[in-house]
Amino acid sequence: MISHLRTMWLVFIHIFHKKVTIEYPEERAPLAARWRGRIVLTKDPDGGERCVGCYLCAAACPVDCIALQATEDEDGRRYPAFFRINFSRCIFCGYCEEACPTYAIQLIPDFEMGEYKRQDLVYEKEDLLIDSQGKYPGYNFYNVAGMDAGVKAKGKGSNEEEPVDIKSLLP
Amino acid sequence: MQHIWIVLGVLFVFLNIAAGLIWVERRLLALWQDRLGPNRAGPLGLFIVLADTLKLFFKEDWIPPFADKQVFVLAPAIVVASVLMGLAVIPFAPGIVVADLNVGLLFFLAMSSLGAYSIVLGGWASNNKYSLLGALRGASQMIAYEVFMGLSVMGVVMLSKSFNLTAIVEAQQHVWFVVTQPVGFIIFFIAGVAETHRLPFDIPEAESELIAGFHAEYSGMKFGMFFIGEYLGISLISAMTVTMFFGGWLGPGFLPPVVWFFLKTFAFIALFILLRASLPRPRYDQLLGYGWKILLPLVLVNLLVTGAIALWIRS
Repeated sequence: MISHLRTMWLVFIHIFHKKVTIEYPEERAPLAARWRGRIVLTKDPDGGERCVGCYLCAAACPVDCIALQATEDEDGRRYPAFFRINFSRCIFCGYCEEACPTYAIQLIPDFEMGEYKRQDLVYEKEDLLIDSQGKYPGYNFYNVAGMDAGVKAKGKGSNEEEPVDIKSLLP
Repeated sequence: MQHIWIVLGVLFVFLNIAAGLIWVERRLLALWQDRLGPNRAGPLGLFIVLADTLKLFFKEDWIPPFADKQVFVLAPAIVVASVLMGLAVIPFAPGIVVADLNVGLLFFLAMSSLGAYSIVLGGWASNNKYSLLGALRGASQMIAYEVFMGLSVMGVVMLSKSFNLTAIVEAQQHVWFVVTQPVGFIIFFIAGVAETHRLPFDIPEAESELIAGFHAEYSGMKFGMFFIGEYLGISLISAMTVTMFFGGWLGPGFLPPVVWFFLKTFAFIALFILLRASLPRPRYDQLLGYGWKILLPLVLVNLLVTGAIALWIRS
């Protein structure tokens, strides 16, 4: 009996406690920097697309919501001809971001993607590409890659040695 | 003419209270659980009542093919009708009472017993094992608690020498019966919670064991009737507690009597909701054991002591 009354009293004083509800449209919950939300395609510091169309994100995607087609420009630099994410299927698992070798695909802290038509949830490349370097500023894949794709000549990259001239006798 | 206005007024006020309790209960439960509760629709979220009622009206009103159709339709009407009949004898203020019966208290007990029929018939007609289990529990619970609900108010009757509720209120001019009959009040309130099968004594419904018990098969406005009947039952028990133990409309003169009555009633309605927020549901056998083995002897002792003291004072 006493314990019941004590329970009721302890529950009653909760009326004066701070409420945990976040009144969403007016207040917003703080989202962590690594929050997995809307997917974007980032650009390198020179403004070129980071994506090299390797299909690893599409292969890693557990719900197969990523579709792309790789192509090459005249310098031999690969890029996706189209890049499509169906957000009505996406489960925001972040495996695409983990799989990406060039830090191109990234998940950002934004979840307000509601649409009235399902078809509007299919994002094309124009919708996904952002004019930013995302979480890895200063990184340019072609700067550290061994190949020449119009960004730097062969052997001129950071941490890269000049190619060995195999026809020379000098050591 | 005045009688008709009183009847319409009581109907209007209590049906609105019952509907408004949808909002009150959700907001209060939320506050006690550190939430805010519905606060979007309209001022303070009050239009949730409207939204809920409209939703219930537009739900498919389905009668299961295996149900006993007539009884199935009848059951939800009984609960509302019996509770509204019970409200007829309550004096809200001097002169504002639908029927000033000289057996008012007995009439109230009779009507609250009739409420058991809605549970039994509803559960039986649903032809569903969970509903039937709920109805069985409801029947035994309500009949058990009916017994000492009646006995617990007999102390009040002895002290006021009347079954008339207006006379009972007037007998509390000097001291409320909660002071002279504390045991009677506690037992009456516990029995009232069991009688309205509210949490923690919601054993006939017991969502976690019996889905929704006796009204598992009901939908649409038939379910709404059980819903409204439950809230009306809370209001009725609160109003009866106030009338019999807390001096009814009596109170300091700066507020009109009817305001005192409703203030006290709302305090008890809030207590009902606090009970729901804080206490866990006992087991079925615990509830009945507690009733028959503890409360019944206690109420009989209370009756004996009250009778002895009343005789001793009078002689």
